[in-house]
Amino acid sequence: MAFLLELEQVTKSFGALKATDGLSLSVAEGEALAVIGPNGAGKSTMFNLVTGDTRPDEGRIRFAGEDISAMAPHARSRLGIGRTYQIPHPFAKMTVFENLLVGAIFGAGQTERESYDTCAEVLDLVGLLARANAPAGSLTLLQRKRLELARALALRPRLLLLDEIAGGLTEHECNELVETIRTIHTRGTTIVWVEHIVHALVSIASRLIVINFGRKLAEGDPREVMADPRVREVYLGISA
Amino acid sequence: MAGARVERGTRASQLWAVGITIGLAALVAMPFWGDPGDMRLVAEMAYYLALAQLWNLLAGYAGLVSVGQQIYVGLGGYTLFYLTDRFGIHPFLAIALAGPVCALFSIPVALAVFRLRGAYFAIGTWVFAEIFLLVVSIIPALGGGSGLSLTPSIVRSISSNRAGREMAIFWMTLAVLVVVFALVYWLLRSRHGLALTAIRDSEPASASLGVDTFRTKLLIYVVTAFGTGFVGALIFLQKLRISPEAGFSLNDWTVVVIFMVVIGGIGTLEGPILGMLVYIALRELLADFGTIYLILLGAIAVAVMLKAPGGLWGWVVHRYDVHLFPVRRRLRFEKPD
Ligand SMILES: Nc1ncnc2c1ncn2[C@@H]1O[C@H](COP(=O)(O)OP(=O)(O)OP(=O)(O)O)[C@@H](O)[C@H]1O
Ligand SMILES: [Mg+2]
Repeated sequence: MAFLLELEQVTKSFGALKATDGLSLSVAEGEALAVIGPNGAGKSTMFNLVTGDTRPDEGRIRFAGEDISAMAPHARSRLGIGRTYQIPHPFAKMTVFENLLVGAIFGAGQTERESYDTCAEVLDLVGLLARANAPAGSLTLLQRKRLELARALALRPRLLLLDEIAGGLTEHECNELVETIRTIHTRGTTIVWVEHIVHALVSIASRLIVINFGRKLAEGDPREVMADPRVREVYLGISA
Repeated sequence: MAGARVERGTRASQLWAVGITIGLAALVAMPFWGDPGDMRLVAEMAYYLALAQLWNLLAGYAGLVSVGQQIYVGLGGYTLFYLTDRFGIHPFLAIALAGPVCALFSIPVALAVFRLRGAYFAIGTWVFAEIFLLVVSIIPALGGGSGLSLTPSIVRSISSNRAGREMAIFWMTLAVLVVVFALVYWLLRSRHGLALTAIRDSEPASASLGVDTFRTKLLIYVVTAFGTGFVGALIFLQKLRISPEAGFSLNDWTVVVIFMVVIGGIGTLEGPILGMLVYIALRELLADFGTIYLILLGAIAVAVMLKAPGGLWGWVVHRYDVHLFPVRRRLRFEKPD
């Protein structure tokens, strides 16, 4: 099987704390992988290592077979790695539409003319079209999370890293989001999705990984993993 | 969604473009209707506006709050004096070369100061400016501490009489302002403007979307040095002599410029125009008050920063939502029924 993303024995420490501790994992092209783990387990750090926001102390990260461990973040995104931030980072002074243009022009390498259509399409997909010309700083938290997703989509990612974009949504909104992500996945984008809402994850992902203390605790079919007593103890705080 | 349309102008901006064209035409004809004193004031306003717009690009858009831009004003001036004096180059050609020379010098400076963040960056640029001042004052070929003067024969090569010379320099100053303004406006409307605004709002997010943040900032730093050097050469062509203190003056070329940009509205193209006008008006009004004038300027700066953090133009935009130099891209779309 051809892996799109591979982490090999990756370690990252912040002082004495090992946020990522000898973590290895592989994501196949076209797969949707779900990642869960308690607060501070190192999920966001794992994303930061893949995108280049932080550099690993040890280990190797490969994308489409290429070692990207030392590559600058912007170069990784141009290879097709898109991400959302857990805490939204909107370009507050720009309009929603212009936020997306950045990804389409610099990430996907489109001309301005091409980028207009791409971005209008993505805005339509995530339901932000009506807010296209609003300053991003004026969005509600919910809309900001959608903007995170939309911006990452505008760069036409091969791999999409989603970091808790469903937190704080109502049941209905969450279902809507799941459908959007399903559409993105069926169109061929590989997805790694970190979320605490397990039932949302499971409706998309075919595989689930549990991370704890920067290490992989369990991995496999979502239902089997959730039934694993170690997972129940650590993640749900319920002893078996 | 095929056929997305994007609008970039506004009604106000179209009217304003007409207004600017008429205003510029009137200024170009000024030698035929104005007196030399007024022309000198207009020239000063023009080069200050050019400096302000460049600093605004650097600090207000790229987030590079430099207090060392006097490096390039001085370097531009010295380039003019040195090249004309040493190699007999025509002053106009020397002015054209001041930009590239400053751009060249700005690269190593950038590589050093870009390692610093926030306040340290500002201090670093200032330290570099002091180094330039000290080094230039010990180079005999540049006249050491007392500086250089343009020799009469070089001055005559611009025009044989004084009136002709003043007219030529006046027109050149206007031309430089137009070039600098157009360059900044074009940059901000281009894809670079998108990248800059993105970096200013969130550096990690812009990198995650493919923006090469280092290269973008370096580009802006070098372009700004280029423009500032160009303006600097012109300033000292008018003054006819240069010394290290005058060329690398923190007060004249950076503090005053920051005042204009901050009062007018940093991060807007309209702000520096307003700020320059306010500064010149205050200076002319308060000229008789001596040092009190500086205290008043400081007080006004503090008051504006507290009352209207977006500057005077920020307040206007907030009130009336006018954009004279629109850089936005507005998506036009049909709402589905
Ligand atoms: N830049 C940093 N500097 C210092 N410590 C950090 C940094 N980033 C993360 N950490 C620490 O590393 C650990 C892992 O953090 P991380 O954000 O990856 O957790 P997470 O699994 O995403 O948690 P959450 O579910 O709360 O988002 C935490 O203890 C955190 O405090
Ligand atoms: Mg996290």
